[in-house]
Parts: sequence; structure tokens; C-alpha cells
Amino acid sequence: MSAPGEFRFVSRDRRVREDRRFVAGRGRYVADIERPGMLHVALVHSPHPAARILSIESQAALALPGVRLVLTGEQLAAAVEPLMNGLDTPHVQRYPMAVGQARYAGEWVAAVVADTRAIAEDAAELVEVAYEPLPFVIDAEEAYTPQSTPVHEKHGSNVLLDRTFVWGEVEEHFAQSDHKLALRVTWGRNSTVPIETFGVVASWDPWSDTLDVWASIQMPKYADQIARALRLPGNGVRVHYDVDVGGSYGVKRGIKHTVLVGHLSRLLNRPVRLIEDRLENMRSGDAHGPDRIFDVEVAFNSDGVVNSMKMRALDNAGAYAGRAPFQLGKPIGAIVGPYRIKSVRYQAVSVTSNKAAQEAVRGFGQAPTNYAIESMMDRVAAHVGIDRLEVRRRNFIGADEFPYLIPSGTRYDSGDYHTVMDKVLAHVEWPALLAERDRLRATGMLAGIGVAACLEPSGGNSSFEPLLNEKNNTTTWMESVRINVDALGTVSVMIHTTSSGQGHETLASTVVGEALGLDPDKIRVVRPDSLASLPGNSPVGSRMAIMMGGAAHLAAGKLIDKCKAIAAHQFGCADEAVDYASGSVIERATGRTLAWADLVGVAHRNHHLLPDGMQPGLEATHIYQVPNASELPVDGRIQMYPCHSFEFHMTLVAIDPILGKVEFRRYVIGHDCGVVINPHIVKGMTLGGIAHGIGAALMEEFVYGEDGQMMSQTFMDYLLPSSHEMPHVEIVHHCTPSPLTVLGQKGSGESGYLGAPAAVSGAINDAVAPLGLRFEKLPIRLTKISDAVAAASPKQDRTL
Amino acid sequence: MSAPVTVELNVNGATRTADVEPRTTLLDCLRDEMKLTGAHAGCEHGVCGACTILLDGEPARACLMFAVQADGYRITTVEGLAPAPGELGIVQDAFCETHGMQCGYCTPAMVLTAHALLARNASPTREEIVEAISGNICRCTGYGQIIEAIEVAARRLAVSNAGVEGAP
Repeated sequence: MSAPGEFRFVSRDRRVREDRRFVAGRGRYVADIERPGMLHVALVHSPHPAARILSIESQAALALPGVRLVLTGEQLAAAVEPLMNGLDTPHVQRYPMAVGQARYAGEWVAAVVADTRAIAEDAAELVEVAYEPLPFVIDAEEAYTPQSTPVHEKHGSNVLLDRTFVWGEVEEHFAQSDHKLALRVTWGRNSTVPIETFGVVASWDPWSDTLDVWASIQMPKYADQIARALRLPGNGVRVHYDVDVGGSYGVKRGIKHTVLVGHLSRLLNRPVRLIEDRLENMRSGDAHGPDRIFDVEVAFNSDGVVNSMKMRALDNAGAYAGRAPFQLGKPIGAIVGPYRIKSVRYQAVSVTSNKAAQEAVRGFGQAPTNYAIESMMDRVAAHVGIDRLEVRRRNFIGADEFPYLIPSGTRYDSGDYHTVMDKVLAHVEWPALLAERDRLRATGMLAGIGVAACLEPSGGNSSFEPLLNEKNNTTTWMESVRINVDALGTVSVMIHTTSSGQGHETLASTVVGEALGLDPDKIRVVRPDSLASLPGNSPVGSRMAIMMGGAAHLAAGKLIDKCKAIAAHQFGCADEAVDYASGSVIERATGRTLAWADLVGVAHRNHHLLPDGMQPGLEATHIYQVPNASELPVDGRIQMYPCHSFEFHMTLVAIDPILGKVEFRRYVIGHDCGVVINPHIVKGMTLGGIAHGIGAALMEEFVYGEDGQMMSQTFMDYLLPSSHEMPHVEIVHHCTPSPLTVLGQKGSGESGYLGAPAAVSGAINDAVAPLGLRFEKLPIRLTKISDAVAAASPKQDRTL
Repeated sequence: MSAPVTVELNVNGATRTADVEPRTTLLDCLRDEMKLTGAHAGCEHGVCGACTILLDGEPARACLMFAVQADGYRITTVEGLAPAPGELGIVQDAFCETHGMQCGYCTPAMVLTAHALLARNASPTREEIVEAISGNICRCTGYGQIIEAIEVAARRLAVSNAGVEGAP
């Protein structure tokens, strides 16, 4: 962490302002929004993984008192545009509900609107759908074969993306290396599964031609996408950003939900609400994460130095494309992790299958990639017989090598990986930790230590879009903040997004308070609706500390410039002859001062005292473009996210060999995300990310049966870490400021999750290595461990 | 669907009535009929604990019982905790002190669970806190700052109770 002495409010132990309303139960979530005359939606789902829809009979449903409408997928498709695809795959069309054919078990087929949710659900059961089951495919490798049944017949195959990048002299480096090895690791399909499901209320006003939307949303360009799909002008949609979002971590993109209820509201001229129940959320909400098989080949020297890597990532996107294939693109910006790997061949393959569609999940594909890279480093270390830490040390990019250009075209901004690792080793007293592992082993437990060193690319842009889709030439990725000082001298800051727990009100007020030298607690943060908002891209890609923080700081700088100009005009001196400090402007030579109240007074009430041509009022706006990323790709290389946080995980686990239960005895993370704006927020993100990563490593998976049905449909099948599963985590801080950002800050929203799965997997594999076992697929459930240990142990050891 | 029945519930010290279908859960009744929206629906099958309320002082899942079953109990929701509008209770304030939340969705349930724990155990160990909140899933925090909040609250309650008779 940075020396807090540099700052008055930034990096200081200050409360998070949002918390007051939450502890009082006064959060305002979408399910708390009530509109007069509001109607409710329930969905009818396909029971088949693939089936032609022969007929939909809704008379019995409509006969139920209180039922207003039954809408089929076909009727909806006739009235709206298809939802946006990320890739140029025009024949993989997606509408909110199935049109003619259902493509996964649970897909929406029809919607029922009624006076209450309960009546809508009753009626949904009365809708009769006749299906003709079709062949289906669940497995990604099968889907990748030419003979598999295409999920979208018109597309001709299941391959959405199959692109091979070669960065550097891969074959040469492989030929020159002493050793090569190959490994396969698999990342199971999980998701962030927020405790609040997705929900949306839409209200069409035919007298002003406006669609008002309240939603539990975290999505860039949300209002634009709704307008486009509903064939409304952009200014015909008003998204209310003053809705608290009950967790998202990437997935709350609910575009299909919103287009559906927006259209229903337009048809019925009534507000319409759709709140997912838990089954709806997990099976039909299209919010699953990456589902990925990595085949890795690595070339390295006898000293453990890695020269080159070949990686194929095969991702099972599910039934529709959406933005899922881009989650193979974003990790290109950190494809070598924190290591000095000279060349890479990367084959990114995304296939459709008859599983639910994917959505963006925390890290946008980076956590699985980090798991593959770290598994590879452990294997290299084992192969050359050198300690895992030493192998990492030898491969780390040095602190003096930044900015460091990796083979795929991204420059890492800054870092000091050796120091962070060394601080963690000192903190755990490495020899003592090893001794503790061995002591546990001597008691008959399986015990292992896992390590993971990985990057959190942050700042967020969409460079993967033009990289993977040449029809997309987007290089702009901005965030905006407006500051207004009213005539009484109080400050309001406008931010233009919803938040899902990131503390953006605290972020904006802290940064503006720091810049203006005013108490952040007296600064109000306001969220205008989308029609009154400046452009932004929502809190994705670990970007808001950098981007909202940057916009806030730069807007404050403009405000200061105006204050200085006003004062200099009063003093009759040049703007350069005055300083701004804590709300006052002082003439350097004379000490003459114009205080805040006077500055505000001149700006608001004394036009005769303003410099010529200056607008009255005291307001500033900044629209901030993401640093260091404004180019289109060249030869398959591009600058992905600008900033790179680093984390080094180390964990000691003990496993009862009969139960297979993994117990954490120690969990330490060394974390460097540059200058921290609010330490409580960063700590929470780190701990929460680790919890999420432990879930991915040990428990969480959306499992599909051979019949194509999703089997983990409740929280009794899809297990989330509780306080019992979560270790006490020790955080070791380090601060390498980013040279690219206003305060030296980097992102931290994905931290923890990006390395925990690799560290936990490494620890388990260290524990079972003496038995000759290795787990190469996540999650590593306790039954998997106990079964494998039992099978590997001599028979007498298994008898109790 | 069947005919509505009138329920009479003791909520946060006041008697409230509502006409609900017999199948209406206590959670839906509190939220939709009584406009007490601090209790949240998370899974509606009794696992996540976001709907936790106190029933005679003990945490209970409002999604797993019908409103008609709650007759005769003292119900406490998060709305009943603040001593005055705009003023936080000690436990609520401790959650703010340590930032024992992020999105806030599980928070009212966590705060109520902490209240119940501290009412029966004034100085819980870390393990006892972990056990007490293990029925409440938080997806944001990894629980660390929630545990710290309850530790802080326990210390402050002890001071408060020692100093002022009848303090919360």
C-alpha cells in the first residue's frame, strides 16, 4: 500500500458511505421497486436440450383469472431485433425466447404475464407446448468435431471461433529448449451466482414514447442495446442507475430479460416486472461462466527457465454466442502471466453446445487461463526438480524491466513480483510452513502447499473485440464524471452507472475530496438516469478505480483551474502565480487568498468579477478515455488492459485421506494493486475473490447429465462457500504505483478469484503427489479426492 | 389459488394485519404486504439465508414458512433494529466500521443473525461467530470483515452494557 502520508483521504482508513443504507435494510434493489399497476412475468421452459417447437397452446393459461397475456418466442421475435453477437456469426441468431427451436433444457419458450407472480407461475404450468426432440451435443470436444449436430443448423457447425495466434519464434524456441512437456487441465463451468438474482422492471409510457427501466444490471451500453433491440431511438430508453445491485461480479447482463419485459410493457401499456427465482437464475438466466479445456505444451531449460508455450483453449460457450468467445480473447493481454516467456502460440476455440449460454464472469476468462499457466509452472518445476518458488523467481519479469512488452502486444505498466513473493515468504516464515506441512503428513493427514502468482489486468477496454472480430473497430472505452458546485458552495458528483457492491460513491467522493482538498463526507454523489448521463462503460474489467477515479480526478483538476483563473483575475496576476489548496486560492508572492465561499460567490453571483469570456457557475466534466489503448490490432497483437495488478497466493491445506475434505491451515496473499483508494473496499474484494476462487476450485459447477439436463439446480447441488469453508486470509500489502493512472492506482475488483483456484489446486496436488495422484480438473470435490485416494492406497489403509 | 385469509402479525413490536393467500410465504407477506423490504429473497429454498428474520429472537428463514404460521411469534426485521431514523444500532455501526458487506444484499440477514448470536453469547469466539453466520451466504466478502464486525460489536456492547443500564 502507498504511504498514506501523501494523501489526506485516499488510502486512509475511512468508512464506505454506501454501508449505512445497507445495514438499515434501506438498500433499493430492483425487487423493492413498485410501479402502479405493475404486472408480473413467469416463463415457460423447454424440458429438452434440443427440440423443435411444434405448437404452443395458451388458452388454458389465459382462462385463469388475472392472466393478461401469453407471448411466444416467435411472436416476440417478430417485434424485436436479434440480440447482439460479439463475433461475426450472423447465423447464430439469438432472441430472448426460443424461436421455432429450443437449444437447451431450461430455455425460455413463452412468457406469461399476470396480476401477481403467483398467478403467472400457475398459468405458466397450464401452457401446453408440443415438442419434437432433436439430437443434441453437450461435450465441447464432441461439438468441435465436424460430425457433431450443429446447435444452429444455419451456421453449419458448432465452431464459433477457431483462431490461432503465433507471437514470436515459437517453433525455434521449442527446438532450442532442453525439455518439453504437455498437460491438460479443465476448468469446470461455474459462475458468480449472486445472492440477488437478476431482475428488471420496465414501464412504457405511450404519452412520452419512453421506456423506463429499473434493473439489477452491470452492463456496458445497456440502454443502447435495449433501444436497438426494441427499435426505439436511443433517447427513448431511460435506465435508472439509482438501483442497488445485489452482487454481480460480471454476470448481471440481463439483456434478454429486459428486451422481453420492455416489449411486454409496450404491448400492455403497463409496468411489467420479471424477477428470476433461483432455478430461473441458474438454469435459464444465461449467466454461466467459462467452461474450458486447456491443452498446454511448454518448452523450457534444465534451469527451469520457460522459453515458449503452446496453448489451446477450447471453450464450451453453450447454446448462443453472446460475448462468451471474447472471454478467450481478454486473457491474451496477460497470456504469459508474470513470466518472461519469449513466444506463444495460442489457439482460441469456442464452440456451441446445448448448455445454457455464457455470460461475462469475474476476470472475463483470466482466472481459468491463470489456472492453466500456474499448473504449467508447477509441472515445469517438478520436471526439472527445482523448487516451485525458485522456478517462478527465475521466470518473473524483473522490476527494472517495466514497461514490459509481452509477445502478444500488451505492455505491462509496472510491478515488482520478486519483492511481493519475498514478502509473502517472509510473512509465512517459509521454512516453518514447510515444516508444518511435513508435521501434518507425519500425523497421517495429506498436506500440501499451493502457490499461485498471477496478474489482474485492469482498467478495462474492449481490445479483444477488434482482435477477434475484424468488423468491430472499437477503440474507445471511456468513463465520465461531472462535478457541480452549487451556489451554497456544496459539491455534488455525478456518476453514470449502477453499482453492485464496489463502493463507487465512496470512490468518487474520496477522489474528488482528495483533489479539491474538501471533506469527502460532505460531497454528495448522484446517479442521473441514462438520459441525463455522460458516456460510460459500467464497472467491468476491474476498471472503476482507474476510470471513474481518473475521470473524477481530472474533472476536479478542471474545477481547480477555474477557481485559479477566477482568483488570478481578482488579484490581477497570471493564473500560474496562484496555488489552489483545500478550497482556497493563494497568490504565491503575496499570500493573498480567495476562500471557497468567495470563489463560489464570484462564479455564481458576480458576473462582473469573472474573467472575460468565462462561463458562470462552477462545474466541470471529464470524459476519460482508458489510458494506453487506442490502437487497432496489428498482426494479431494488441494492447489489452492498461494496468496490471499482481497477486501471490500461498496456502497450506490438510486433507483427511478418508473424507477427502480440504481444510485450510494457512492462506496468505501478497497483493499489489498500486495505490489503494479505500483500503476496506480493496480488502473486501480480495477476500471475496478468494472465496469465489475457493468455490471454483472445490465446490461449484453447473453439471450437465448425459440427457442434457442441468443437474445442479439448487443451492443444495450447486454449493457456495459458507463461513466454514472460508479460511482466515492474511494479506501482505505491496504498492507499485501505475505510471498510467492519476493516483498510481490499479484495479482490484477481480483479485483473489484470479489466483485462488490455481493455488488451491496446487496445494491439493502437492498433498496427493506422494500417492502418485494428480487432479487436473476443477472443481476438485471432496468425493473426487476421497475416491482417488482410496483407489491409490494399499487396501489395508482403507479399512477403518 | 385459494381465498385470502387475514393474518395478524407482531412485527417489530407493532401488530400488523394483512390479507394473504394461505400459500403466501412470510417473506412475501413482509415484503409485499407490509412493505418491509429489508428481508431479501435469495434462493427461496432455505439455503442462502438472505431472508433471515428473528422469530422470538432466533434467526429463521422467512422463505420457508407461511405468513399464517407466524401468528403468535415476535417477529423482528432489520427495520426494527435502528434506534431512531438515521441512527444506527451498535451492531449495524460495527458492520459499517469494518465494511462487513459489499453489495448489501445479504447484510440485513447477517446483522440480524449477529444480533441473535450476541443476545445469547455476549463474547463469542471466532469459531462461534463462524458457526453462527454459516447459514448466511455472502458472495461478496469472503466473510472476513463480517466476522470482524461481530467481534467489534461484541466489544462495544460489552462496554455499553457495563456503562449504561438498559443499553442495547
